Amino acid sequence: MDRLRRSLLSLALASVILGPAAAADQASITVASTTSTEQSGLFRYLLPKFTERTGIAVKVVALGTGQALDVGRRGDADVVFVHDKAAEETFLAEGAGVKRHDVMYNDFVIIGPKADPAGAAGQDVTRALRKIAEAKAPFVSRGDRSGTHAAELRYWKDAGIDLGAVRGEWYRDVGQGMGPALNTASASNAYLLSDRGTWLSFKNRGDLAVLVQGDKRLFNQYGVMLVNPAKHPQVKVKEGQAFIDWLISPEGQRDIVGYRIEGEQLFFPNAVPGKS
Amino acid sequence: MLDTLADSVARLARLDHEVLAIAWLSLRVSLTAVLIGAVAGVPLGALVAVVRFPGRQVLVGLLNASMGLPPVIVGLVIYLLLSRSGPLGPFGLLFTPSAMVTAQAVLVTPLIAALTRQIVADAEAHLGDQLRSLRLSPWRRAGLLVFDVRFSLVTAILAAFGRAISEIGAVLVVGGNIDGFTRTLTTAISLETQKGDLALALALGLVLMGLVLVVNAAATVLRAYAVRAYG
Amino acid sequence: MSAAPSPSLPLRLDGLVYRAGPKTIIDGLDATITTPGITALIGPNGAGKSVTLRLIDGLLRPDAGTIRIGAGAPVRRAFVFQRPALLRASAARNVDLALAPLGLRRRERRALTERALARVGLLDRAADPATRLSGGEQQRLALARALVTEPQLLLLDEPSASLDPAATERIETLMAEIARGGTKVILVSHNLGQVARLADDVVVLAQGRAVEHGPTAQILFKPKSAQARAYLTGELPWTAYAAAS
Repeated sequence: MDRLRRSLLSLALASVILGPAAAADQASITVASTTSTEQSGLFRYLLPKFTERTGIAVKVVALGTGQALDVGRRGDADVVFVHDKAAEETFLAEGAGVKRHDVMYNDFVIIGPKADPAGAAGQDVTRALRKIAEAKAPFVSRGDRSGTHAAELRYWKDAGIDLGAVRGEWYRDVGQGMGPALNTASASNAYLLSDRGTWLSFKNRGDLAVLVQGDKRLFNQYGVMLVNPAKHPQVKVKEGQAFIDWLISPEGQRDIVGYRIEGEQLFFPNAVPGKS
Repeated sequence: MLDTLADSVARLARLDHEVLAIAWLSLRVSLTAVLIGAVAGVPLGALVAVVRFPGRQVLVGLLNASMGLPPVIVGLVIYLLLSRSGPLGPFGLLFTPSAMVTAQAVLVTPLIAALTRQIVADAEAHLGDQLRSLRLSPWRRAGLLVFDVRFSLVTAILAAFGRAISEIGAVLVVGGNIDGFTRTLTTAISLETQKGDLALALALGLVLMGLVLVVNAAATVLRAYAVRAYG
Repeated sequence: MSAAPSPSLPLRLDGLVYRAGPKTIIDGLDATITTPGITALIGPNGAGKSVTLRLIDGLLRPDAGTIRIGAGAPVRRAFVFQRPALLRASAARNVDLALAPLGLRRRERRALTERALARVGLLDRAADPATRLSGGEQQRLALARALVTEPQLLLLDEPSASLDPAATERIETLMAEIARGGTKVILVSHNLGQVARLADDVVVLAQGRAVEHGPTAQILFKPKSAQARAYLTGELPWTAYAAAS
């Protein structure tokens, strides 16, 4: 009797623990995206609107752009939503993705100590980087193959600076996401390149401020692609395409405009209408 | 620091539904992993302690070493196995709570087995001759020794639970930290730290520690009650 | 189960050798025990008494030599250790344990358990946790567990070594009863008074060999061998004798 009661008890315990894992299976897609879209809070604002309209839940795995594309390559996501056009085109060329759509852009900004010891402030991103390198002022780099990291490397090149030759202790490669890089810069009063969205939603700013913005070259384009179902048959084509179509539809584009932090718009929709 | 702490406590007071859901997921994933780990690890450890066979010392060494398995490596291996491009891809388990349970079960099973082996080996030194002289089978001897050390095993299982619920390396890689689906306390803490919201990160840390404390306290009370009845 | 115990159970140890690593613990032990009742194994620490008991029980396998017990049919054996090895469970459960390999029904096991507990005077403590019993009660419980299978051969390794005089007396009374009931008892003891009170014959071990075997009174009061004399009179060290002989 005692033994029976005990086994019933353990059974009940086990079902409590294991049970809810098998909750009602709502239609859902997995999106591999970037830390900037997740950490800026855009998805929290945007995705419920899509789910409400279509009944499709969106699960976002937020990684650096490079890693997010790798998750897509392995077939572990249905849609990739990232921001490194060159890498995205490679992805398409490999046949990993079906078709790329521009969705929106935001811009990069150079953040640095308010006192600006290197004199980098202004509108010109290449001039600012040259000043920072000349002064050997502390600079934090993502160093994680993300879209932001790729953009940073492009700007150094545009500035005519050979990083390999000049990099020293002042150039700190943290190999982490935007948030940790901002935390590091905040703790060491360093300069860094950030996307505006993550910066605006970042709370531990310390003595940092936006020093360089408005340069056309700081433009940061986001694109969305369906993972190729010919390579990965389990890709949820219908639901994934619904998400992409909605993002570039007038309705989705309007909702992107609607996301603001402290009154400031973070992302600017620029999907090409009628191209889906 | 003090300001952050005060802010955290204030946030804690406003514990919302979301934080509770994250805490519940953490608890569920880790308890399930520990349950699987105990079902597999306790018999394994007990048999290794009781049965003599060639290569036993090597296995003991492996078990002891695997207590220190790096969670990130376990996560990576499980990731590669569960990925759509991996051998278990067709099950579609990557980025689900089941994937997190799997990774944590892999982490805690050797821990439970190694601790069980040590505890049962100590009991075997005291009771082994007697049980063998009663001509009991190795299985029954292992079972009786496990029964005899049941109160000490609670400690081993609590250690496993502590390791599971506080690790981030494995759950982050195989779970993907998906909002509302695979976000656990540890991955949420990491995320909030990255976003620079240190007060919220600390508040979640307090929830995590509270959870560990409550589970430990519950186990200690149960153990004391059982010891009083059958010490 | 209730087969009448044979009046005597011949026990023959021939050329036993047992090594533990580089050390030879039993070194060519010969003994033939044909008396019923209680046979005591005595000798100094390290002589090999406990190992001999374990070899007889089968807990250890000899490196050489043979052990023959009875006429060939398997013999029911039971072992009681110096410190009672009890599980953290009720007294009854600890006795029931010994019945596990016999494949009996729960009701039969329960009846046998109760009878064994009654025999050692612990029936009223059946439901108590074994760990809550006193030292003497724990050793009686270990005896009950040994008796529950009605063994033909009972091996006792210093069963009263850690008990007070009153508890020792109860254990001795039980041992005498068990032997009278027809069970062959082999007793390892350092308590020469106990040996004198209980044993029918005595085997003296020294350095892994049986140096003398005879009726209790003769061994205790007129030992023939130098080793037995030295042990009984407390002369140490007695490796000196071995070297001399």
